[in-house]
Amino acid sequence: MNSASIGDFYAEIKSKADAKVDALKEKPVVWIGTATCGKAAGAMEVKEAFEEAIKNSGLDAEVKEVGCMGYCYAEPLVIISKPGFPDICYGYLDEGLANRLVEDFLMNDDPCFEYALVALETNDYFPTFSDFPRGVYEEKIILEHCGFIDPGDIDHYIAREGYASLAKTLRMQPEEVIREMKDSKLRGRGGAGFPTGVKWETCSMAAGEPKYVICNGDEGDPGAFMDRNILESNPHQVIEGMIICAYAVGASRGYLYIRAEYPQAILRVKQAIQQAREKGLLGDSIMGSGFNFDLEIFQGSGAFVCGEETALLSSMEGKMGIPQQRPPHPAVSGLRGKPTVLNNVKTLCYVPPIIRKGADWFKSTGTPESPGTAVFSLVGKVNCTGLVEVPMGTTLRNVIFDVGEGIPEEKGFRAVQIGGPSGGCLPESALDIPIDFDSLQEAGAIMGSGGLVVMDEDDCMVAVARYFLEFTQHESCGKCTFCRLGTRQMLDLLTKITKGEGELSHLEILRELAEDIKGGSLCNLGKTAPNPVLTTLRYFKDEYEAHINKRTCPAKMCPDLIVYYIAPEKCSKLCNVCVGSCPTEAVYTREDGLKAIDQEKCVKCNNCLKTCPPEYNAVVKLSPPELLKEKEGNLS
Amino acid sequence: MSKMITLTIDGRKITASEGEKLLWVALENGIYIPNLCAIKENNRLSASCRLCFVEVEGLAAPVTSCTLPVSEGMVVKTRSPRVDRLVQTAFELLLSHHRLECSSCSKNGSCELQKIAKERGLKLRVKRFKPLDYETEVDDSPKTFVFDRSKCVLCGRCIWICRNIAKVGAIGFSRRGLERVVSTFGDVPLAESPCTECGLCVEACPGAALARVQA
Ligand SMILES: Cc1cc2nc3c(=O)[nH]c(=O)nc-3n(C[C@H](O)[C@H](O)[C@H](O)COP(=O)(O)O)c2cc1C
Ligand code: SF4
Repeated sequence: MNSASIGDFYAEIKSKADAKVDALKEKPVVWIGTATCGKAAGAMEVKEAFEEAIKNSGLDAEVKEVGCMGYCYAEPLVIISKPGFPDICYGYLDEGLANRLVEDFLMNDDPCFEYALVALETNDYFPTFSDFPRGVYEEKIILEHCGFIDPGDIDHYIAREGYASLAKTLRMQPEEVIREMKDSKLRGRGGAGFPTGVKWETCSMAAGEPKYVICNGDEGDPGAFMDRNILESNPHQVIEGMIICAYAVGASRGYLYIRAEYPQAILRVKQAIQQAREKGLLGDSIMGSGFNFDLEIFQGSGAFVCGEETALLSSMEGKMGIPQQRPPHPAVSGLRGKPTVLNNVKTLCYVPPIIRKGADWFKSTGTPESPGTAVFSLVGKVNCTGLVEVPMGTTLRNVIFDVGEGIPEEKGFRAVQIGGPSGGCLPESALDIPIDFDSLQEAGAIMGSGGLVVMDEDDCMVAVARYFLEFTQHESCGKCTFCRLGTRQMLDLLTKITKGEGELSHLEILRELAEDIKGGSLCNLGKTAPNPVLTTLRYFKDEYEAHINKRTCPAKMCPDLIVYYIAPEKCSKLCNVCVGSCPTEAVYTREDGLKAIDQEKCVKCNNCLKTCPPEYNAVVKLSPPELLKEKEGNLS
Repeated sequence: MSKMITLTIDGRKITASEGEKLLWVALENGIYIPNLCAIKENNRLSASCRLCFVEVEGLAAPVTSCTLPVSEGMVVKTRSPRVDRLVQTAFELLLSHHRLECSSCSKNGSCELQKIAKERGLKLRVKRFKPLDYETEVDDSPKTFVFDRSKCVLCGRCIWICRNIAKVGAIGFSRRGLERVVSTFGDVPLAESPCTECGLCVEACPGAALARVQA
């Protein structure tokens, strides 16, 4: 292996990439976010509108696709770079705005600041990311390039130092690479937080050939989309991480396990693998180093549990995706019995920056035991949903109220569910705990793979716990006793409670069962499934008790414990929208003109409450249902 | 030959070959640990019934003995409040999805569920949980035995025997979650499957899911 020639190899591909990207800086470019979130919001129509308008204008300008910047609430998004102006990002695009931007900004020099979200470079006229709270709290390591480079063109990644870490790695000894990873104290982002360097070392020392590197892109948590976004927005950083890992452990083959429901991610990764091969970055003698490694995509179409590493391996071997007893761990005996490193998409994404900038640089962010950043998909009752990357140790309060800009409609905060369906629901009092693997565990939640669902005062914690348990119960593979039968017993109890048929003794049974399922299940699906119930029992016990003792749902969410009622003193008589909105003709007009609800017919669809104009706000929910008698009694 | 080691189970010093699984070491020395799914010859451990928990000195929580290799100086307790609680819950959960009719059951007296109940002082009824619906249809297509899923605990012993000893492979696990069952390929009755009625599965069944037809 010749170090100088690896350096030359990299210098050459880098200068070609630079030339290509620099050429783009000479003319206006519209960068449009076309990851799945953008497409869902209509990015492709916006793209066509730009192309059409530019063609008609006769301008020499280009339209390019980028991935997701993380500002999902404002999709479709574009960034416009025009020589002489800072790059500016616009949100909530539609075809009309596209035309306007071409005409006013590209053809003339008016950047239409009234539609701009943020400028990407410091300038004299418009704020940049660091001028917003979100920019202050965010620190991007793995999302750094997402949304700013064309994921379909390897040169865009290379121009941003992409594959420089690989060039550096190939000139190091494998042991040095592993040492650097161990020094960095990077912990796996697939959920459990296992030290990545230790995993790699175990695999490198295990006997068996060939060895494999597998990227876990199964991402089955409802509400989570970090891994999808990364694969769609910057697939090369994941691939570079995999090659570095392969070199460190001595693997010759790798697989990206991506769920088949992610067609755009699969497309991007396919393109990326192809282009990396063409550049000599995958395949035989990578960068002329003599090191061989190649990658393939494996499309998973399995259940949630297929994200569990042993189930994932079984499914790749053509067997049922059912977890197996560990040890042996995959690092020792994995795919087809060979030593296999299995890492999450995000974990692998941290590898290139760590190698390039060093373990000490990485440890300067985050907390001593959980260095680096945490990536969340911030969803639910929060103003600015999206992909968020903050240093470990940031508080939940900062993430929800500063980065996410708080709760819509001035509603009160109720809870945050962190860690996906197997995470926990944490209350207001836990908002100041720092986000890191160990603090979350102490609070009863888990880091999980990064779902963060915010809930407000309208969310019933018993119903939420029931919802998540229904998910895990449904996803249980059924192999082991506790998870197969225990989660079902818990679900039945929760269903009873949400229907007002619960008894206080059920709470004790729930807790016992939850603890036993946690302690007794075979895999982490079962071991973590009770978390939403245990945390809500711990932090929101009063809500359970209200359901049981008073047949009342404090959040007025459980359909069996509420009735809809139209307050006569508020009803306008003249407006008829509620009557029209009711699908079952339960809402009717009384002889005196007031509206009322026939409870027999009401299916609790919430339409009347939603449509009653805010100046009247006459429709209310009552819980317990018995309150209705009181109200109606007062009336007569 | 692997190295011999000494360990302590419930205060008794026992010699065993290193690396052997604790469950077999205990059973072979006359120390009972409840179990349903374990098969000594099977290298791909099932570890699914979750009944064989024990306490091991130095380990924070109870572990399944079927998966634990014994080592020199290991100190094991087969009973503790934590172990008893896990076993009781797992056992009661299994019973909550089981047609309980001991007095009229063909395995009455030789059933391993009954043995576990007796050894551990557990009740053969469901108290804390709600009995779940089980499948009532019985496959009586074979001439010599019947397959009654309402008494199946999904231990998988029949599947292993059929595949590895009888070398037929007529049955396997299918479906997921609460619907997980032992079935033939395509869910056809056993008589229409490759089953040869060798009867090994009936011997392997710990309960009465697979039972001889009474002559
Ligand atoms: C039910 C279940 C689902 C899982 N799903 C995923 C997943 O979608 N993606 C993932 O990376 N890890 C998932 N994991 C964790 C993996 O088993 C494994 O720990 C992880 O991929 C290791 O990568 P890391 O060391 O980079 O975290 C899941 C685990 C369980 C128990
Ligand atoms: S804990 Fe659940 S998902 Fe995991 S092996 Fe047991 S039954 Fe299957």
